[in-house]
Amino acid sequence: MKHATAATETIENNSFTVTDLFKICTHCERLSKKDLGVRIPRSLGNGPSRFIPEKEILQVSKVDPRTQSIFEDAFAALGRLDNISLVMGFHPQYLESFLRTQHYLLQMDGPLSLHYRHYIGIMAAARHQCSYLVNLHVNDFLQVGGDSKWLNGLDGAPQKLQALGELNKILAHRPWLLTKAHIEHLLKAEEHSWSLAELIHAVVLLTNYHSLASFTFGCGITPEIHSNGGHTFRPPSLSQYCVCDIANGNGHGHLEERRGNHQVSEVSGEVEVLMERMKQLQECRDEEEASQEEMATRFEREKTESMLVATAEDEECVPSRDVSRHFEDPSYGYKDFSRRGEHVPTFRVQDYSWEDHGYSLVNRLYPDVGQLLDEKFQMAYNLTYNTMAMHKDVDTSMLRRAIWNYIHCMFGIRYDDYDYGEINQLLDRSFKVYIKTMVCSPEKTTKRMYESFWRQFQHSEKVHVNLLLMEARMQAELLYALRAITRYMT
Amino acid sequence: MFDIDVHSLAVCLSHVVLGVSTSVCHSLLWSNLNQGPSVIITQDSGELGALSSPSCTSGKWRLRGPPLLFRAMEKMSRVTTALGSSAISGRTMFCHLDAPANAISVCRDATQVVVAGRNIFKIYGLEEEQFVEKLNLRVGRKPSLNFSCADVMWHQMEENLLATAATNGAVVTWNLGKPSRNKQDQLFTEHKRTVNKVCFHPTEVYMLLSGSQDGYMKCFDLRKKESVSTFSGQSESVRDVQFSMKDYFTFAASFENGNVQLWDIRRPDRYERMFTAHTGPVFCCDWHPDDRGWLATGGRDKMVKVWDMTTNRAKEIYCVQTIASVARVKWRPERKWHLATCSMMVDHNIYVWDVRRPFIPFATFEEHKDVTTGIVWRHQHDPYFLLSGSKDSTLYQHMFKDASRPVDRANPEGLCFGLFGDLAFAAKESLISGDANRKPYPGGDRRYPIFFFKKPDLTEQFAHVSSALSVFESSLESRRMDWFVKTARLYLLSGKPFAELCDHNAKVAKELNRPQVSTTWTMLRIMFSDPANLSTPGPNHIGKLGTLPLMNSFSMKEMGTESRLDRSKGESRQDNIHLEPGNSLINSNNDENEETEGSEGQAEYMFGDAELDDDDLYSMEHDNQAAEEQEYTLPQEAFPLRHEIMDNPSAPEHLQQDKADSPHASGNEAEVTCLTPIESFSLISISQPLFSPHLPVHFFCPVVREMLSHYAEQGDVQMAVSVLIVLGDRIRKEIDDLTQEHWYMSYIDLLQRFELWNVSNEVIKLSTCSAITCLNQTSTTLHVNCSNCKRPMSNRGWICDRCHQCASVCAVCHHVVKGLFVWCQGCSHGGHLEHVMNWLKSSSHCPAGCGHLWEPAFRESFAKLGERSIAVEDQHQDLGGTMEEHSLSPQKGQPPTPSNHSHQQAFQLSNQNCCVVY
Repeated sequence: MKHATAATETIENNSFTVTDLFKICTHCERLSKKDLGVRIPRSLGNGPSRFIPEKEILQVSKVDPRTQSIFEDAFAALGRLDNISLVMGFHPQYLESFLRTQHYLLQMDGPLSLHYRHYIGIMAAARHQCSYLVNLHVNDFLQVGGDSKWLNGLDGAPQKLQALGELNKILAHRPWLLTKAHIEHLLKAEEHSWSLAELIHAVVLLTNYHSLASFTFGCGITPEIHSNGGHTFRPPSLSQYCVCDIANGNGHGHLEERRGNHQVSEVSGEVEVLMERMKQLQECRDEEEASQEEMATRFEREKTESMLVATAEDEECVPSRDVSRHFEDPSYGYKDFSRRGEHVPTFRVQDYSWEDHGYSLVNRLYPDVGQLLDEKFQMAYNLTYNTMAMHKDVDTSMLRRAIWNYIHCMFGIRYDDYDYGEINQLLDRSFKVYIKTMVCSPEKTTKRMYESFWRQFQHSEKVHVNLLLMEARMQAELLYALRAITRYMT
Repeated sequence: MFDIDVHSLAVCLSHVVLGVSTSVCHSLLWSNLNQGPSVIITQDSGELGALSSPSCTSGKWRLRGPPLLFRAMEKMSRVTTALGSSAISGRTMFCHLDAPANAISVCRDATQVVVAGRNIFKIYGLEEEQFVEKLNLRVGRKPSLNFSCADVMWHQMEENLLATAATNGAVVTWNLGKPSRNKQDQLFTEHKRTVNKVCFHPTEVYMLLSGSQDGYMKCFDLRKKESVSTFSGQSESVRDVQFSMKDYFTFAASFENGNVQLWDIRRPDRYERMFTAHTGPVFCCDWHPDDRGWLATGGRDKMVKVWDMTTNRAKEIYCVQTIASVARVKWRPERKWHLATCSMMVDHNIYVWDVRRPFIPFATFEEHKDVTTGIVWRHQHDPYFLLSGSKDSTLYQHMFKDASRPVDRANPEGLCFGLFGDLAFAAKESLISGDANRKPYPGGDRRYPIFFFKKPDLTEQFAHVSSALSVFESSLESRRMDWFVKTARLYLLSGKPFAELCDHNAKVAKELNRPQVSTTWTMLRIMFSDPANLSTPGPNHIGKLGTLPLMNSFSMKEMGTESRLDRSKGESRQDNIHLEPGNSLINSNNDENEETEGSEGQAEYMFGDAELDDDDLYSMEHDNQAAEEQEYTLPQEAFPLRHEIMDNPSAPEHLQQDKADSPHASGNEAEVTCLTPIESFSLISISQPLFSPHLPVHFFCPVVREMLSHYAEQGDVQMAVSVLIVLGDRIRKEIDDLTQEHWYMSYIDLLQRFELWNVSNEVIKLSTCSAITCLNQTSTTLHVNCSNCKRPMSNRGWICDRCHQCASVCAVCHHVVKGLFVWCQGCSHGGHLEHVMNWLKSSSHCPAGCGHLWEPAFRESFAKLGERSIAVEDQHQDLGGTMEEHSLSPQKGQPPTPSNHSHQQAFQLSNQNCCVVY
């Protein structure tokens, strides 16, 4: 472990040498396999998250009354308290908004029938091979009377849902390719066509589950013990882990401890450096004003750079059959923005923003959802406790904005009024790797990535970051989808 | 239904026609807000008219909620799109721009217009017949983001001066007098986020104001390099800033969080006044050019509001509901009540509204193909020219005379049936004027003051349509809906054995003079009863059959005895419940009998159409000639469907006969069947030797299904639903879920209109459609405030977290109330439902000793409650139902008031003075 971390530290500007790490890990895994027998029964129910030690996560019995009542409501609404909610319990305000929206999307009045909603959720989660969400919704799907034949794959589903497959694929991986034609194709008057309201509902569901998949992987959510295949089914991403990853700090206490000490000594200044930079940016902004060209190039540079940030490893991870049957064309994955020479015009937020345009469209076609999403976005964007690791009373708005805009930047969305140079100052490489992986191919997120960024920050802060990532991603996808729909309508 | 202050209701006597008002009547709606039926009329003048029969006063009230007018609006927009408008006259002109426009502005002398957008910044000359491009301000090889304009403004005093707001946060001024190609004058880059709006001072040459996404407003002196003052809204992004036309120092700013602030330019530290104008962002505001205190605001919530700022608190004086979020609003010059709006999404039209008649636009311009982004009146004192720029890359000049007038195409007729069968009809006065009985409406046509100043121009007035309303009261007994109410109240849908329910309902129908329905119930009982119980109806039918082939009739009395008998057999039928499976087996054994029966022919019953017959009996003919061709005797008005329904009605009787020897029958069953009077066997077997002895229950299902559909189609959805509930599983699978849901919904809707909350709740509970049962699970949260400290109660209903006192103490027993809490809205005291009811029997004063004489209406409602003896259920999900029929007492103080908590589920207890604490 120690060796590996040191290796990455020393090699600068090179892509993350994950392979090194994995050698050790596979070795380690093999060893442990030999010790224990052929196959280790992985009890994945070791706390709600693989990344966050169980003792860190709020125990339902020990939380403050507010969180408690939110948990109660969630339990009453769903008949379960899933691990996602437990992890989000770090941020009760957000959790409340999240659950309200999810409840409305899945259970309340809406254009789509209940089993369609869950099936769309399954489709979306399957795109990212998120077996956790898939299993969760397979259960719900069957519970609301869905036809189990559909679960054999998209081929078994009605043609109407099959038509949605393409949209799902594009939205999940390359939303900027979405055009009016796609919408037209879905809406054209035919037997299996969609209505506008249904489509909006579907789009909201798809984007919600894509981003929720990001969160699930980003926080290493473990399946509930009782959930279908919770401990027998191996999520595909698991293949990359070594046992010590899964043991979650409980089994390998000494190792954890050692690494912890090691890190603290090494990166003790990390937070301070970050804060110093924020302060500098705040101060010197007025003095040195970058030219327009400079600003434009900075955005482009950030955009291009974001592509070069390697996501884990490029090895095609073959999705497990169980999940893959829900989507066609598993080979279609995230391809970097404009990497292959297709020139896609930059999406200017000033021309199509959520607040002005997206909201109105959604609320018009699917009443109240616009409002709920708006609240959720604002909640995620504005959530702050004014703390950074051990420091209190810090204005984190700059950092939050940098994260938000960096994600939108990866999707080619540009804010005219933002200096993308700030991102470079505030987000270091390992953090960028994490963001990139989590947003673009969440199934490749590893515990190591989770641990390697912001090492001094609390777990609750990392979950906070995850929330930001998730909402920013959802908004980015929604913006592209809604813009296409608006274009179709005019 | 609506939020209406009912003061008085207008008059209407039977068959008297009244002129209602001078404005167009859009829709009529019957309402039974109060005791008597009354009509509500929506008018585009923003008023609701109401008419009611019993009282003789007249009144109007403003409609606050949008539902009706919204409907009217939508209707209107449909009309507009349908008709379209291709009438572009000589001087309504347009030109293509190279790129979408974001904003436009005109120079003071109205000869030039500047168009700004992300990729365009040009000045066009306005000539007689066309637009002429004068100048392209977008120069340079690589245009910077400073050219990407969110807003533009041309100075109204200095004709060479322009200002733009750039999306990257820069505020740029341009001097057209510069000799060089680049006219850029000053550049202020103080804002950190996009600048949404720039505004020159109307009289001061060098003063420029900007509002930005970063939440700051800055005031620039153009002679200096940087801003002179910064105003912090202390809230979210600034969407619009506007200098007041009349007050030198004042400006208004609108914010993304729905607030509007008023500032004094000399005091940058604090706003003078702030109020919340809209829910969600306020995109625009505009000061009235003439009236000092008026400010119009438009928001994402699709509303345009006009505020009177002269009073202490900003007062909303007008409100216009549009169909999409409002992006820009501009007062029309020289027209006090007119303003133009355009929207940000979806709707491409420009509307000119008369704020006094907010339901229908005064004029509409429909030329644009994409969202209109900028509108401006061409000249400050000319109301006839409107310029607009749009995302569809066109610049238009609209002539007012070419505008379409939706009001001309609005349908001024309205027709509506009342709940109790009355009919209201409103139409243009001219159409009805011939009516002899007409009495002129005292209000007359004087409602419209002259609102134009110079010359009376007919095109500038709203179409002057007088509508007349006629109300036709139904006198025919048959048309009245009393039967519906009574039936709904008296029907039993559950809680008793099937046969008893049927009998009871048949009796109810009979008493209400609805013999056909009554017969249907009887037949249903016969068809679906457990064989074992057929012993009881036996004699009755034997009577029938015995006197065959004579026409026979049996009276209610017989049925009464029958049902009594039935009850006496209650125990035995209980025993048989578990026999169901066996029963069905038997039934399946009987399949072949069905077939034979079809060919052999058997008993046929014919029924006259109940509604037409005045007799309370039904006629029945038994065709006894077995094996012969069947003979149908149809009464004149009989419907074929009904005929089929009654096919083979006596068949179930024979089930029992067979049952005894059925291999599946248990001993228990056999015993029961033995109770059957022997004559019935013999008679039947004698009279109908070939009659199929046992028919499976599901044999009748198709027939019953058709019958139900028939009833539903006839408008008697009550019957359909009641039968559906009473039959339960017997029929449910036969009818597809959507139809069932549809019936349930219709019936529940009807019940609720008649304020039969209890019945509707019962129906909801008994329904098996998931879509219906979940109706009871929505809106189940009621937020209450503590009666001591008046703060919202957070967790449990009975202890306040803040003042640590029990919030709802019963005034009678002084214990905490958990469950139904009833209180007087006059003095706020109350307690347990039963305690209060008991108390009211002996005293009419408040038990708390406050000396308050409890509201008479409150007491009355309790009297009613007592009669009805509602089973109070402690599940709060049934709240909606148990809270019924309370008085209409005016809302005064109410201790646990539903609080305006943000996530409060709208719990619509319109007339409640009862609340559940849980």
